[in-house]
Amino acid sequence: MSGTYLGMPAFPEAAHDAVRNTTLRANLRHATHTIRDKRARAVAELDDWARLREAGKQIKDHTLRHLEHYLVQLEESVTAAGGTVHWAADADEANRIVTRLVLATGEREVVKVKSMATQEIGLNEALEAEGVRAYETDLAELIVQLGDDRPSHILVPAIHRNRGEIRDIFREEMGSWGRPAPEGLTDTPAELAEAARLHLREKFLRAKVGVSGANFMVAETGTLVVVESEGNGRMCLTLPETLISVVGIEKIVPTWQDLEVFLQTLPRSSTAERMNPYTSTWTGTTESDGPRTFHLVLLDNGRTDTLADEVGRQALRCIRCSACLNVCPVYERAGGHAYGSVYPGPIGAILSPQLRGTQSEIDASLPYASSLCGACYEVCPVAIDIPEVLVHLRERVVEGGPVTRRGTKVTLKPARGHAAERAAMRAARWAFTHPAALAAGQRLAARTRRFHPRTVPGPGRAWTDTRDLPQVPAESFRDWWQRTDGGKEAGK
Amino acid sequence: MRVALFLTCVNDTLYPDTGRAVVKLLTRLGVEVDFPAAQTCCGQPHYNTGYRHEAEPLARHYSDVFGPGVASGDYDAIITPSGSCAAMVRELYPRMGERARAEGRGDRLATALAPVIPKTYELTEFLVDVLGVTDVGAFYPHTVTYHPTCHGLRSLGLGDRPTRLLAAVKGLELRELPGAQECCGFGGTFAVKNSDVSAAMGADKVRNAAATGAEVLCAADNSCLMHIGGTMSRLQVGMRPVHIAEILASTEEEPLV
Ligand code: SF4
Repeated sequence: MSGTYLGMPAFPEAAHDAVRNTTLRANLRHATHTIRDKRARAVAELDDWARLREAGKQIKDHTLRHLEHYLVQLEESVTAAGGTVHWAADADEANRIVTRLVLATGEREVVKVKSMATQEIGLNEALEAEGVRAYETDLAELIVQLGDDRPSHILVPAIHRNRGEIRDIFREEMGSWGRPAPEGLTDTPAELAEAARLHLREKFLRAKVGVSGANFMVAETGTLVVVESEGNGRMCLTLPETLISVVGIEKIVPTWQDLEVFLQTLPRSSTAERMNPYTSTWTGTTESDGPRTFHLVLLDNGRTDTLADEVGRQALRCIRCSACLNVCPVYERAGGHAYGSVYPGPIGAILSPQLRGTQSEIDASLPYASSLCGACYEVCPVAIDIPEVLVHLRERVVEGGPVTRRGTKVTLKPARGHAAERAAMRAARWAFTHPAALAAGQRLAARTRRFHPRTVPGPGRAWTDTRDLPQVPAESFRDWWQRTDGGKEAGK
Repeated sequence: MRVALFLTCVNDTLYPDTGRAVVKLLTRLGVEVDFPAAQTCCGQPHYNTGYRHEAEPLARHYSDVFGPGVASGDYDAIITPSGSCAAMVRELYPRMGERARAEGRGDRLATALAPVIPKTYELTEFLVDVLGVTDVGAFYPHTVTYHPTCHGLRSLGLGDRPTRLLAAVKGLELRELPGAQECCGFGGTFAVKNSDVSAAMGADKVRNAAATGAEVLCAADNSCLMHIGGTMSRLQVGMRPVHIAEILASTEEEPLV
């Protein structure tokens, strides 16, 4: 993924500061709680929600099982409709393809809409290195870009910012990127939106090249679909002469009819709307309307490897609705940046270590960024069992095992830094398979109970820094049971 | 009716009072309780930390301890006062069997675990669904707020069973907990590995509980209560954590002190 994220610290360190940042926590808490309550109401309106969820899961699973077939079909239909399909195995290849296509137009500017895939590969940085400036046009992306920041939420990348902060960013930065913010800009939502509208309109009308992502690609017709709420997507998709769409290969659905399911579940899960305000679809090129040239860059970048993993592959069903972020108690407190990826929150915790591998410190720590409370699984509109995948990836970190990397099966060694834990787990397993040893250990703990400190040094400090330990009782239950014959004897 | 008590390693070692309460409660309801002495741990700490292969012997141990009694009809059920351990057996043991099969090790694990899985019940689930009682004749003159632990809530789907039981307790005043469905932040090794986030979640839970003005926070899982109780003690909010079994076991003749 993007170079921006290389060398990120492990999740607990990254979360440490966020937990102490009260403004950030207040912003996040307010935003996530508002949207999660709204979502619950929007979902409760549909009495067939459970069936829609199951249908979404089935469609995605079917498509992933036959991905090759549908990709070939997609390529044929896109080509037949006048588009050109490019295949990119990884971030570098995708960036090279897009950069080459942009430079070939002779332009030095592109407008962008809705593309996490391009953030995943670090396209803006790659373009910049070749002298091409990319303008983000989603409101939140614009805020992130102007603030020289990183996105922290799938749907609301600037969720960590409040209105005052956004006003300041607009005032200070808009001028150096194009039309400056109006004089005396305040922090009312209407004024902020108007400032963004004026700033962006200038870019839409000037741009000759657009770069987009897509929420779905329909194999049977070669149609791409973007759903959004601001209308900027429609501008980016229709005004430029050249349109380049960069899309992950898992975004495919077989038929138009399949969209019916997702166009219901996606808006309700993400923005709590019954229907999203703008649904744009584009199929190749059309005479005298829309872009003259259309390129589709199909991005793999770890997806085929993820598909090879029986448990982990369900992460590819994700439709990026962000419902799991909004209910996650860990995300709410740690903030999106701690996840070190464009995919934060519960889905990021299972997607990033699969797409990137578990070698880096941040990726090895992500599977532990969860209390396994299950709230994410409960809300997921395509029923991704995120806790199951988290535990599966923990296993990969501590025990190693077979994985697929660039199409080849390799056996990972256990990650370093877990030796003490592994030894403790083995010792505990041994004691737990030898009940007499367990009883002896309990008796020893009971006998020495007066000497147990309520705060302890070493790894246990992480517990006793903020919580008191329980007092070890004078007698374990099993000893009581034996002594009193299950409470029947005296002395109970 | 005769049941086997699976007390769990945490309760056995740190919370024997909960075990005694379960015995007292079930005996009062006419259920004969046995405690197979060879029992230890369901393997949840191992499994959830990523040591599935270390958890497997513990799952097999569980089926060795409880399986024969279930098969012979000696035990009608296996009862545990821990939502997360019940969820381990019922939800994750089947998955362990599947994984073993996927790794080419055949059906042996799945076959060994099959008999004990459907017979394992969390305490409140057993009381309401199997015994068909909600009024267990308890007396507990205190204000109580109930925290539905994540595994009880989402894996087992306990729903309103625990609060129905509590509502029927004489003298007990139940107060609704704001943000009840949010995780307390324990999560086993999560509490240590991501201590900052865990502590922040725990503090929020405790503040919500304190806002109810109740004297007691009740839950059906001592692991969560250990974390919440430890946080309460540190934040000095003047509340105490109590396991639901102890409340349900308390009577006018023998009140819980
Ligand atoms: S994992 Fe599920 S809930 Fe989370 S963003 Fe993806 S589809 Fe939405």
